[in-house]
Amino acid sequence: MSTEMYREQILDLYENPLNYGELEARDFSYEEDNPLCGDVIRIDVRLDEEGRVAEVNWSGDGCAISQAAASLLTDHIKGMTLDEIKGLESSVILDLLGIPLSMARVKCATLSLKVLKAGAYGIPSPDEMRKNPGE
Amino acid sequence: MFDVQKVRRDFPILNQPHPSQKPLIYLDSAASSQKPAAVIEAMNHYYQAQNANVHRGIHYLSDEATNVYEGARKKIADFIRSPAPEQIIFTRNATEALNLIAYTWARVNLNPGDEILTTAMEHHANVVPWQMAAEMTGATVRFLPITADGHLDLAQLDQYLTRKTKLFTFTAVSNVLGTINPVEKLVEKARAVGAITVIDAAQSVPHAPVDVQAINCDLLVFSSHKMLGPTGIGVLYGKREILESMPPFMGGGDMIRRVTSQGSTWNELPYKFEAGTPPIAEAVGLGAAVDYLNQLGMDNVHHHEQSITAYALESLSEVPDLHILGPKAAHERGGLVAFDLKGIHPHDVAQILDDDGIAIRAGHHCAMPLHKEHLGLNSSARASFYVHTSTDEIDMLVRSLYRARRLFRLA
Repeated sequence: MSTEMYREQILDLYENPLNYGELEARDFSYEEDNPLCGDVIRIDVRLDEEGRVAEVNWSGDGCAISQAAASLLTDHIKGMTLDEIKGLESSVILDLLGIPLSMARVKCATLSLKVLKAGAYGIPSPDEMRKNPGE
Repeated sequence: MFDVQKVRRDFPILNQPHPSQKPLIYLDSAASSQKPAAVIEAMNHYYQAQNANVHRGIHYLSDEATNVYEGARKKIADFIRSPAPEQIIFTRNATEALNLIAYTWARVNLNPGDEILTTAMEHHANVVPWQMAAEMTGATVRFLPITADGHLDLAQLDQYLTRKTKLFTFTAVSNVLGTINPVEKLVEKARAVGAITVIDAAQSVPHAPVDVQAINCDLLVFSSHKMLGPTGIGVLYGKREILESMPPFMGGGDMIRRVTSQGSTWNELPYKFEAGTPPIAEAVGLGAAVDYLNQLGMDNVHHHEQSITAYALESLSEVPDLHILGPKAAHERGGLVAFDLKGIHPHDVAQILDDDGIAIRAGHHCAMPLHKEHLGLNSSARASFYVHTSTDEIDMLVRSLYRARRLFRLA
């Protein structure tokens, strides 16, 4: 299974991720970890005047699958509106990756999508909730 | 003489087909152990020939079920040298046993200003219940730090273990670093400041002889499923006076002496803490696991794991860019080795090893504070060993790690 899973493209993205880093000017930023493995992904998004994704960066630490997925997802959403982002389904990630994944690894693959959508919905991050309980 | 090939034949799962078309190499016993045929058969036999509720009926089967359930309690008491079987409380697992202590002893004995001392190398099960108990009582939780080589920092113990400390809880063996802690010494130090001691023995009771009277701890917990027994049952051992002083945990049948609409009085030990129908078949299975371990001899089990661990430490240290967590010397460690392979995330390591039929754990092993705050890692990979682990399997592990490096273009 892993020879199919760790195709050239996945390993290339693991070594040289796309859209990696943080954005100084951003409309929203969201960070969350995968409680299963402790991996963290943060996504920063800046929108243009039409409300479409002008710039998007991600940062964090994780396995090859979650990292490659974050690169592909951030590329995929450029030009999208928030509503379009909210409508994204996990099949998008699986199609972008195009590799067979076990149940456990689907969680790795979809972490960046979960983070992105939570940011798009304006949900307070778990850290913010800890800092401001009751809000 | 410990014959690992003979032991392997006792484990049906080791001979099952694996999707990889390769033999299963199970290196995840620290998460949950496999079961020998004797355990599976004992549970089957219970359901086929002995099943009924316990402590209730007059009929033959209820009597039989009660006998085998209480017989299992006696076996477990003897296994850890508990002075009496009624000091063995059956819970759902080690986690529930720790929660039981937090909700009973801690709830009535802790006050604002009191301290609970745990350590930086604990499993979440030995952190979260105390954080919850602290929230309920106004007490605070402190963490005894660890040294760079993965031992408890005993030089700092006197600063952390003080007259304010009412409860000192620690693991006997770290599930990540493998460190074997000096439990007798820690208990003695706690006693000197008047704190009670709670030992998380989930990684020690399965792997080495444990004598609760020699350790002299107040309370000790462990899980069946990590010691060749079934899931769904764990054990709380306690000194009689402590257990008697504790209020019940859950209310219901079996834990009462008398119930009126005005109130109830509690049953004697151990039933005070065993509300409702207990895990009877699971107790029978755990009893069979104890029989099996006794047959092997716990000294032999311990020696076998020590030699496998020494072999694994040596073999793994030859893999380039592989960093082993915890103490370097095998005799300071239980039967597990967690490591970080530079350039490959632990999830990916585990995935590639799975292709070779090798099962290891990848993640934070339910020890996030240890990983993030002390090791500076989000996660690690862990190979853990048991009675059926052979040196051939360690060779396969090493070979597969080299393959992972090639696949990730690191070699």
